[in-house]
Amino acid sequence: MQPTSHAFKENAREALGNANLQKALTLMRTGFPERRTAAIARLPEFEALREEAKAIKNHVLEHLDFYLETFEQQVTARGGQVHWCRTPQEARETVLAICRRLDAKTVTKGKTMIAEEIALNDYLEENGVTPVETDLGEYIIQIRKEYPSHVIAPAIHLVKEQVAASFRATHTDLDPDRVLDEAPTLVAEARAVLRQKFLAADVGITGANFCIAETGSTIIVTNEGNGDLTQTLTKAHIVLASLEKLVPTLEDVSTILRVLARSATGQEFSTYTTVSTGPRRPEDTDGPGEFHVVFLDNGRSAMLGTEFQDMLRCIRCGACMNHCPVYATVGGHAYGWVYPGPMGAVLTPTLVGIGEAGHLPNASTFCGRCESVCPMKIPLPKMMRHWREREFEKQLSPAAYRYGLKLWAFFASRPPLYRAATALMTRLLGWVGGPRGRFRSLPLAQGWTQGRDMPAPEGRSFMSLWAERRKNGEAA
Amino acid sequence: MPPVPIRVGLFVTCLVDLFRPSVGFAAVKLLEDAGCSVEVPATQTCCGQPAYNSGDKADAKTIARQVIDAFEGFDYVVVPSGSCGGMIKHHYLELFADEPASYQRAQHLAKRTYELVSFLADVLKLERVDARYDGVATYHDSCSGLRELGVKQQPRKLLASVAGLSLTELPSAEICCGFGGTFCIKYPAISDRMVADKAADIVATGADTLLAGDMGCLLNMAGKLTRLGKDVRVRHVAEVLAGMTGEMPPIGARRPEHP
Amino acid sequence: MSEARDQILGSIRRSLKRGPLEETRRTGLEQRLTAHRRNLVPARAAALPQAEQIDLFLKMAEEVQTTAIRVARAADVPAAVADYLSQRNLPSRLVMTPDPQLDDIPWGDRPMLEIRRGRAEDRDQVGVTACFAGIAETGTLMLISGPESPTRNNFLPDTHIVVIRGQQVVASYEEGWTRLRGKAMPRTVNFITGPSRTGDIEQRLELGAHGPRRLHIVLIDDEAAS
Repeated sequence: MQPTSHAFKENAREALGNANLQKALTLMRTGFPERRTAAIARLPEFEALREEAKAIKNHVLEHLDFYLETFEQQVTARGGQVHWCRTPQEARETVLAICRRLDAKTVTKGKTMIAEEIALNDYLEENGVTPVETDLGEYIIQIRKEYPSHVIAPAIHLVKEQVAASFRATHTDLDPDRVLDEAPTLVAEARAVLRQKFLAADVGITGANFCIAETGSTIIVTNEGNGDLTQTLTKAHIVLASLEKLVPTLEDVSTILRVLARSATGQEFSTYTTVSTGPRRPEDTDGPGEFHVVFLDNGRSAMLGTEFQDMLRCIRCGACMNHCPVYATVGGHAYGWVYPGPMGAVLTPTLVGIGEAGHLPNASTFCGRCESVCPMKIPLPKMMRHWREREFEKQLSPAAYRYGLKLWAFFASRPPLYRAATALMTRLLGWVGGPRGRFRSLPLAQGWTQGRDMPAPEGRSFMSLWAERRKNGEAA
Repeated sequence: MPPVPIRVGLFVTCLVDLFRPSVGFAAVKLLEDAGCSVEVPATQTCCGQPAYNSGDKADAKTIARQVIDAFEGFDYVVVPSGSCGGMIKHHYLELFADEPASYQRAQHLAKRTYELVSFLADVLKLERVDARYDGVATYHDSCSGLRELGVKQQPRKLLASVAGLSLTELPSAEICCGFGGTFCIKYPAISDRMVADKAADIVATGADTLLAGDMGCLLNMAGKLTRLGKDVRVRHVAEVLAGMTGEMPPIGARRPEHP
Repeated sequence: MSEARDQILGSIRRSLKRGPLEETRRTGLEQRLTAHRRNLVPARAAALPQAEQIDLFLKMAEEVQTTAIRVARAADVPAAVADYLSQRNLPSRLVMTPDPQLDDIPWGDRPMLEIRRGRAEDRDQVGVTACFAGIAETGTLMLISGPESPTRNNFLPDTHIVVIRGQQVVASYEEGWTRLRGKAMPRTVNFITGPSRTGDIEQRLELGAHGPRRLHIVLIDDEAAS
C-alpha cells in the first residue's frame, strides 16, 4: 500500500466532512473508553500488571537475539520452520514460495498488520494465489479495496448501509432482492460466505500477537474464531510476525494477556485466545501439516538502542487511538498508511521515513491521554517529540513556520527586547480589539479565526503593569 | 517574632502576560492572602515550550536557562498554568538530560515549581478561599495540568468554597480542547473541530461559566463560544478564587468601558 | 535465508552495542525460562476456595453470553444436553469428540440424541466436547488438541456444548499451564471465553461471527465423587 501520510492535511479535511465516518467516530470515542474504564475498575491489580508487562517486554528487547534463537530452536524441535526476512520483499517471497510448493490456490487470512505492512495480498494475487480475508472487518475492507482504519476494528469507519452495498456488489450469486438492513443479517451472510472459503482454503495465514520462546508457540487473539478456522483446516499455517513479538514464557504471556483485551475493547479476555505450537502431531486428526513462522525485521532491529526502542513494546491493542482526541476527529485513514493514531504517529516514520510521514508526529496536542492508557506504558508523546527534533535538524517543516519560531525565540531570549515588543503589541491589539473584546479575523491567524474569535489582549502586559505598580509603590 | 513569609517567585507565563494580566494579579492576591511574599523576576519571558515542542532543543535550552537563572533563590516558583508548570517541572529535566550541571539546576528548580491551584491546596494546605461568585460553573481539566501535574481535585475543592458558586461537571472535562500550542496553528481545521466538540459539551451542561487553569485552553474555548454566540462567561480559575471577577470582563467578552 | 538470519541477529546486537551473549548471561536466561516463574496473579479467583472458584467460573462465563447448568453426577448429563437442545428447538443430532472424558457418561439414557463420535464436519450443527480446564478468573474454557479432541470441533458447529467436571476448574491461566506442563505441548491450546462475536458492524455486538453462536457449559459437581 502506497502511503498517503504526506497528504495528512488533505486526508483530514476529507475525513472531517465525511458524515458516515463522523457518525462512527462519535460512537467510538465514548464507547471504547467507557468499556476500558469499566474493565480495569474490576481488576485492582491492573496498574501493577501494566508495570510487570512493561518490565517483561523491556527484558525481552534487551535480549531479543537470545529469545529469537530460543524460539527458533523450539519451533524446529516440534517440526515447524522459522524464516528470517529483513525486508517486505523477502517476506512476500517467502510466503509465496510456501504457497507455490503446496500448490495453493486460495489462502485464508486472519488479521495481521504485518501482511498490510508488506502489501502481501496484492503480491499474492499478482502471482496467482487468491487471498481471502476472514476477519469480518478485514473482509469488508478487502472487498471495498480500502485499507484498515484501526488496528483492531479495521472497518470502524463504515456504516452498515455501506457494508450492505458492498455485500450486494460482491456476493452476486445470492438473491439480489434479499433484505440486508440489519447487522445480524450482514454477519450471518458473511459467516456463510466465508465458511465456504475456510473449507476450500489450501493455506492459512495469521499474525501473532505473541511468540513464546519457551515453547516455540505463537498466540493470536480474536473474537470471531476466524484465526482458528484459518489455521486448523489448511495444509499449512503460516504466521507473520515482526521481531519484537517475543515473550519468554507462558506465564509471562499470561500477564500481558491480562492487560491486552481490557485495554483494547474492555473485555476481560478475548473470546478466542489460541496458542499454536508446531504442525499437527502424527496422531492428530486435524490441524495444519506444516507450521511456518515468518519473522520480519523491516527496521525493528534498528530501533533497538535508540530513543524509539520503547515503541517495540507495543502489543497493538489500539487503546491509544481509542482515546486520542485527534484520531476521534479524523479517523484512521487520514494517517495514510497501515498504523494510525498515536502508535502510528511514532511507528510510521520509522517504516516509511520521516519525509513521507512527517505530519503524523506533528498532528498531536501532546495531551498525553494515549500514554496514560497504554498497557505497556509507552511514552508516545515523547517519541513524537523526538521525531519533531529529527525534522527540525533536517529542516523539514515549512519555512514560514521555522522562521516564525526563530523570530519568536530571538525575542524570548532577550527579555528587554521582549518587553518592548510585547508592550507595543499588547497595546496595539488591545486597542484594535476595542469594546468588542475580540477579533473576528486577524492577519496571519486565519487558521484560528476562520472558526473562532480571538479574544483581545487587555491592552497592557502584566510585566509592564507590575513594573509600574512597583515603581509607584502600589500593592498589587 | 512573625513567621518568615514563604518567598514565591511568580512565573506569570507568556499568555497571561500578553492577554490577561488580571490573572497574574489574581495569582498574586491568592498567594499574598495565603501568607506568601511574591516577586516577579523581570527576566522571564516564556518557559520555552513552543521551541521544545517544535523540536528546537537549542532555543528551548537557551530560554530554559534564562528561567532557571531568573528563579534562583525562591522557596517556591508558582505558575498559573499546567502547561508551563509541566514544562518547568518535568520537561526541563528531559531537556538537560545530557548536561549534568544544567540538569542539577533544573532539578532544583523542578522541585520548587508548582501550578498555582495545586500549590495553594497541596503545599499551603488551603482548604477554602474567601470569595463570592454567583453562577453555575463547569471546569475544563487542561491536559498538562491533569496528566503531568495531577491537578484535578484541587480546583474543584477550592471552588466549592466560593460563596454563590455551584459546580456542574463537564462530562468530557478530561478531553483535550484542541489548543495544543503549536498544534492549533499547524492543524487549524482539526483544532477547530476539537474545540467545537468541546463547546457543544460545555453548552450542554447548562453552566453559565467556564473555568480552567490554562490561558491557552481558555482563549481557544472562549473564542469558539463567542463565535457561536454562546452566553458562557469564560475565566481563569484564579480570577474566581481571588474574588476579582469584578476587575475585568470575561475572556473574549465585550468591554464597554474600553477606549 | 541463513544470511538473513545472521544479518538480523547481527543488527540486533549492533543496536544493543554488544556481541552475542556470553555464557553466564545465557545460562541465567535459560534458567529464567525453565523456572517459568509466575508473575502477579490477581486475587480475584486465586484467593477463593475451590467451591467459590466454580461459582465464579460460571458467573464470569455467563457474563459473556455463555450459558451454563450444573448437574450433580455424570448420569445427569445426557438429560441436561437433551433438554438444552429441545428448549431451543435445536437438532438432537450431534457430533461428539472421541474424548475418553466423555466415555463414562450414559448417553444411551437419552436415545433421541443421535451421537456420532469423531471429527466435526461443516454440516454438524451441534458439537459436544470435554475440555482440559476451566479458568475461574474470566470464565474461560481451556481446550487442547489431540487425536481425541480435534480443534475443529470447537469451531465448526453452530452450537458448542462443553462438559466439564468441578475439579477441572482452576483459578488462573497459570494453574492451567502448570497442569498442562505434565504433558507434551499440544498443537493447539484454545482459551474460549464465550461464543464467537464481532463488533465490526457499527460497533454492535453480534454473536456467531465464524465460530459457534452458542456456547453451553454442563458442569458436573463432582467434588465428593472422584
